[in-house]
Amino acid sequence: MTDTPSKRLSGASSALPTRRQALKTLAAGAGAAATMPLWSRYAGAQSAEPIRIGFGKHATGIGAAYGRWYERTSVAALAKINAEGGINGRQVELVTEDDGTDPKRAAEVLEKFASQSKCDIAFGTLFSHVVIGAAPRAAELKLPYFVVSEGHHVASGMLNRWTLQPGITDVKSQVTAMAPFLTNTLGKKVTMIYPDYGFGYDHRDNLTPAITAAGGEVVAQIAIPPTETSFTKYFPKIPRDTEVIYHVMVGPAVLTFVKEMGEFFGPSRPEIFGFIDSLEAVDLSSPGLEFLEGTYFWEGMPRYLQDDAPDYVKAYRDAVGIDANGASTSDGADVSTAAHMFGCWETLHIIKAGMEAADYKSTDDRQALIEAVEAMTDMPAGPDHPQGAKRFNGKTHQVFGPQYISKVTDGKLVVAETVDYEDTLYPDEVDYTTMSF
Amino acid sequence: MRGKTWGAVVALHLGLVAVLFALNFVLPVYHQGVLARVMVLAVYAIGYNIAFGYTGLLSLGHAMFFGAGLYGAGLMGLHFGMSALPAWLVGTGAGALLALVVGALALRTAGVSFMIVTLMFAQAVYLTILYFGDITHGDDGFVVPGVSRTLAGIDLSQQHPRYLVGWVLFSAALLFSLWLVRAPFGRVLVAIRENEERARLLGYDTGRRKLGALVISGAISAASGAAYGLLFGYVGASFAGVQYSIFALLWVLLGGAGTVLGPFVGTLFMFYLIDLATGVTDAYMLIAGVVLVGLTLFAPQGIVGEVRRRLWRDLP
Repeated sequence: MTDTPSKRLSGASSALPTRRQALKTLAAGAGAAATMPLWSRYAGAQSAEPIRIGFGKHATGIGAAYGRWYERTSVAALAKINAEGGINGRQVELVTEDDGTDPKRAAEVLEKFASQSKCDIAFGTLFSHVVIGAAPRAAELKLPYFVVSEGHHVASGMLNRWTLQPGITDVKSQVTAMAPFLTNTLGKKVTMIYPDYGFGYDHRDNLTPAITAAGGEVVAQIAIPPTETSFTKYFPKIPRDTEVIYHVMVGPAVLTFVKEMGEFFGPSRPEIFGFIDSLEAVDLSSPGLEFLEGTYFWEGMPRYLQDDAPDYVKAYRDAVGIDANGASTSDGADVSTAAHMFGCWETLHIIKAGMEAADYKSTDDRQALIEAVEAMTDMPAGPDHPQGAKRFNGKTHQVFGPQYISKVTDGKLVVAETVDYEDTLYPDEVDYTTMSF
Repeated sequence: MRGKTWGAVVALHLGLVAVLFALNFVLPVYHQGVLARVMVLAVYAIGYNIAFGYTGLLSLGHAMFFGAGLYGAGLMGLHFGMSALPAWLVGTGAGALLALVVGALALRTAGVSFMIVTLMFAQAVYLTILYFGDITHGDDGFVVPGVSRTLAGIDLSQQHPRYLVGWVLFSAALLFSLWLVRAPFGRVLVAIRENEERARLLGYDTGRRKLGALVISGAISAASGAAYGLLFGYVGASFAGVQYSIFALLWVLLGGAGTVLGPFVGTLFMFYLIDLATGVTDAYMLIAGVVLVGLTLFAPQGIVGEVRRRLWRDLP
């Protein structure tokens, strides 16, 4: 056993220092002095420490396919940002934690970001229930929380001043923007088929008045329980005079849904319009999906590379690693969640712009960051915003952007119409800027 | 149990309560928040333990009681602006009432049938939450309004009040559980678990006592759910899903079924197992799985159960 330093000190205290001890002390002092330049360099490094962005990843649970692509997009965006000099001269790091697509774990992950990982902000949550479960903790922790969720929960006023959605549009603007195309191009009489829970209700509650306002009529609303695995008994409920079927089924049963709908209608079907959420990360050439040929889908951003795609869209796709079919460049069977994941890219660029506008230096500047983002308005299309030109509403913490309507043509989605952000706006439902921090 | 041993048992449990109180003032922020959450969820496990650990009622549907408390309290806040204490009481009462109704029907079965019937009831409650989405906000859930997160003017969303309220609830549940298992009613529950036929032959109305145990269990589980919603600010259907029924079973099995401290130890162990494993690898569930298999093989009675078997046979 060796003596501890404290023991040695206590033994030496009663005697005068020897010459050897004095020399040792001098040598130690000289050594310490020699390290002074290193100390100053360390002090300099403190201010140049990387900015840490906590990424709540849906790595497991129902959102796993989204989580995988959200992470790839975020890593690609930060590689670009860092290559361009980082944020305020500091490099940016992504601190990833699996939230299990679970609201309880997501709240715990935010706590970990704020106090364990020393993250500057949190970012990236998609699923609505996870966002709603975690957002109260973000406010309590005073942690800026940038979600990429497309839920209406932000703009509805349900959340708080620390939660923003500046990089992806919300379902209310998406759905209402589809109504004029549906009624003017496809038909006036619409039957809705949607899952019998929150996601489906968002569509039901927003589309029905929008269709009426556009001069059409929702002739039937067919809600299908989430536990259903076969859908044949629901198709006879579709009124015979239906001109358009609007479907937003999601989950593993969606392939069965499309297949059975094809078997029910055969070659004489009404026009069909769906949200690509049904088939995100699903290969359109999957068996049973042939029936979708000639039908239409909403897309947040086109999955397939369009003929007229600008260079910045091509650069974005190359950086993220998706091919012309929207699948991974390293695995053609790994289809991306292209209609949503652009939101991560754009949100990270908005965070960069916000931090630079707020002259963000440390976590003390979190409030200034929120205020800087709230002050943003127009976001022009380009390398930072490849999905298109947008307008951010600082009062509602929600961005508005273009919506794409694509037609399945030869097994690929080809953009048939684009709705500009001006046509997706709706009156404010909240003013977060009047709330205290 | 001899008086001296009982004194040591009481000292152990009171000691844990005292240590948890002191930890509020010394733990780093993150771990303090974790412990607050663990204490509230451990109350749920304590409730489950009374049904499963002490009475032998293997339920796979306890999330419905947790959910009844969560929604009972949360909806009172959302729709009626009720403050924390009455909202918590409503939530706890909702869970007790649900347990009474479910128990009256489900306790006509036993063993595997009881397990399946409780699972089905819980699924029905879960789907009811989704079905009445206009009121419950369905699968998205809702944020509990600030007015319901205030107790006597104290903001429960703040770090220390939240911890202390969690501590009070946990301490009360723990000490109640300790008292219950030593009370005549609790001893009959253990007798039912060990041999219901024999308990019945001794003259006990086992049916009523099992129903009583389930109502107590449901009420405690609901008290936890109500507190969770009010303290952490979110009410959602996922908390009423089957995985939260499994969690309660898992926490109790890990900590030690039929032990008073087991539910807390199991909840704490499981939280930190996942939390630490996520820092090691993305495949953290693999680590958790291996550890759980190992624990099941080498400590089949759970952590506190093993302590009782090897070191302290009188530990309740």
